[in-house]
Amino acid sequence: MTSKKYDMVIINGRVIDPALGFGKEADVFIKDGKIVKIENRNPKTEKEIKTCSEDQIVDAKDKIVVPGLIDVHVHLREPGREDAETIASGCKAAAAGGFTSVCCMPNTMPRIDNQETVKFVQDRAKVADARVYVVGAITKNIEGKELSEIGDLVKMGCVAITDDGHYVQNPEIMRRALEYAKMFDIPVMQHAEDLNLCGGGVMNESFESTRLGLKGAPAAAEEVAVRRDITLTRMVGGRLHVQHVSCKGAVDAIREAKATGLNITAEACPHHLILTDEEIGKEFNTNLRVNPPLRTITDRQAVIEGLVDGTIDCIASDHAPHSEESKDCEFDLAPPGMIGLETTVGLIKTFMIDKGYLNWADAIRMMSYNPAKILNLPGGSLAEGSDADITIIDPDKKWTVKADRFRSKSKNSPFVGMKLNGQVYKTILGGRVVFEQ
Amino acid sequence: MGKLSSRHLLGLENVPKEDISLILETSNSFREVLERQVKKVPTLRGITVLNLFYEPSTRTRISFELAEKRLSADTINFSTSTSSVKKGESLRDTVQNIEAMKIDMTVVRHSSSGAPYFLTQCMDSNIINAGDGAHEHPTQGLLDMYTIWKKYGKLDGLRVVLVGDIKHSRVIRSNIWGLKTMGASVALCGPSTLLPAEVEKFGCDVYTNLDEALDGADVVNVMRIQLERQQSGMFPSQREYTNLFGISKERLKLLNKNYTVMHPGPMNRGVEITSEVADSDNSVILDQVTNGQAVRMAVLYLLSGRKEDAE
Repeated sequence: MTSKKYDMVIINGRVIDPALGFGKEADVFIKDGKIVKIENRNPKTEKEIKTCSEDQIVDAKDKIVVPGLIDVHVHLREPGREDAETIASGCKAAAAGGFTSVCCMPNTMPRIDNQETVKFVQDRAKVADARVYVVGAITKNIEGKELSEIGDLVKMGCVAITDDGHYVQNPEIMRRALEYAKMFDIPVMQHAEDLNLCGGGVMNESFESTRLGLKGAPAAAEEVAVRRDITLTRMVGGRLHVQHVSCKGAVDAIREAKATGLNITAEACPHHLILTDEEIGKEFNTNLRVNPPLRTITDRQAVIEGLVDGTIDCIASDHAPHSEESKDCEFDLAPPGMIGLETTVGLIKTFMIDKGYLNWADAIRMMSYNPAKILNLPGGSLAEGSDADITIIDPDKKWTVKADRFRSKSKNSPFVGMKLNGQVYKTILGGRVVFEQ
Repeated sequence: MGKLSSRHLLGLENVPKEDISLILETSNSFREVLERQVKKVPTLRGITVLNLFYEPSTRTRISFELAEKRLSADTINFSTSTSSVKKGESLRDTVQNIEAMKIDMTVVRHSSSGAPYFLTQCMDSNIINAGDGAHEHPTQGLLDMYTIWKKYGKLDGLRVVLVGDIKHSRVIRSNIWGLKTMGASVALCGPSTLLPAEVEKFGCDVYTNLDEALDGADVVNVMRIQLERQQSGMFPSQREYTNLFGISKERLKLLNKNYTVMHPGPMNRGVEITSEVADSDNSVILDQVTNGQAVRMAVLYLLSGRKEDAE
């Protein structure tokens, strides 16, 4: 006899939910795409589990069961560059990486600066393997000149605004964006790099750029940009979210600002936590070209410290697919960016948890609870009654990153060939298994 | 004759001393060929060399082409203005197409640092870097070293000052690595805006005062200063650059007695160097050009020797 009481029960897993404080073995009961209850095994649940058929049971023995991961910084490339990624393929990659929700950036072609394009993305996302939250453009056509119709964008469902890929160089426009967005209580996400100071740099300015004769973008270009925005936020209020923090100066600036009670948030990317600019000279691998660039060991350490002490609130992949052709070229001619959805969990486990910087509860908070809080999204917790968006991770599974295993349409990862510890086992979206190993 | 440790010449960083010595000594034999009435040897007969120039160049291209012809190699020249690059063909496709016509060696000049390394991943040909971005220009470094070595009979212990745009100069980078490997003491001098980030990590003495840099040195190698640098705010005016960093006869008094003045060309006479100095007895600027022939012949010969089917 098959139980009608539950559609799925995840048994024997270690449930980690920073919001609920779980950290022990428990069973998760799911019905109609919602979480019904999470309980430690007891005679009652023992009986309930027994009445379930085999295909209703997900055995998560030796695995950890966490709220579906949320990535606040993802490029899905559709519309415009469907050769690099589509909403469908990007969401498959998200599912394979354990992400049940992603926030997509507006620098598509056309830009997501109007209701029609938001609607287009949302329609495509309806049948995808992850929830897609649209981030609209701060300025029309991401030109940094005039504000987009932000009210329209929010009405359509945009959860934040950003000109990602470009810094809003004009401080007056940024001031108005922060002020205007206050009406809708959405964050203004900033790609912080002063364009004049960057000077067309294609890597970090350091002895590495000196040695290689490649144009360097100084870390100060990021710090100056972050400090300006902090000053503007102090003046007009609003919610500043600093994207992909990569250098010590920016971490320090954010820490100081938070200490004064300013309402700002920040994200860090796995590649800035793990790689440095010294990798580039080895093979001029164009997959290491990224904005902001890979920095020095000092910067890398500062970003890790920022993550550990809470200066940085969340981990985001900045998943940036580029076609193989566009990356198969001279280093300085390659477009910046690397994919990240499918490697984030393995990288964070291997380089942050195994090295003792974070524990699982920290990591899950930074990849689920905090992202949901920053963007006012549902999810981020396994609370009873919430959508059954659940990620099951095999914490000690050893695997090698392989280009031909990516679900993403693009393969531009500098981590290909790397051995990682910790892998996504199953991803469940609204009670439906969207990925299994 | 010995062999080089690599089948490519991408730069002088990490090139072992033995390789550099071998190239310098081999250059001597080819230098002698250049004094003959018939300045040609059959060494590379049957070898096809591609000169792949993605950046305008006159002297380096001519120098390589002449060196190849004097070794009896067959040469083909490729430059962007006559290629499919402007139609959007990738570097990989371009070189693989040309290599399909059976090319043995490739000399490449490119504005992107690392482009020669990229070619080693696309082609079977030996790759010789003829200048990539602001990265390296190893044959220029070698010919500068050969010129110094020929005059003094050594490199070890000499003091060489490199003056000019340290930030953007690939010639300076190749000189630094090569000279340091060979035991010379290297000083760098230029405006502080044209010193690249963490320049001290090259392990050279760094100066912004020309007189201090020249004091007690044997060789001063003067780099061309490009007018664009002034326009992009690196220094206020050409006049001020000349006042602070121009090499005039007056300043050379600070050098050791048997001093040498070098310039990789093309010269801005009256800007970074006065005509009086450029044309003086201590100037080896035209010798550098002649020696460049010998050094490039040596490099082509030594790298080709690595090929199994070479006679």
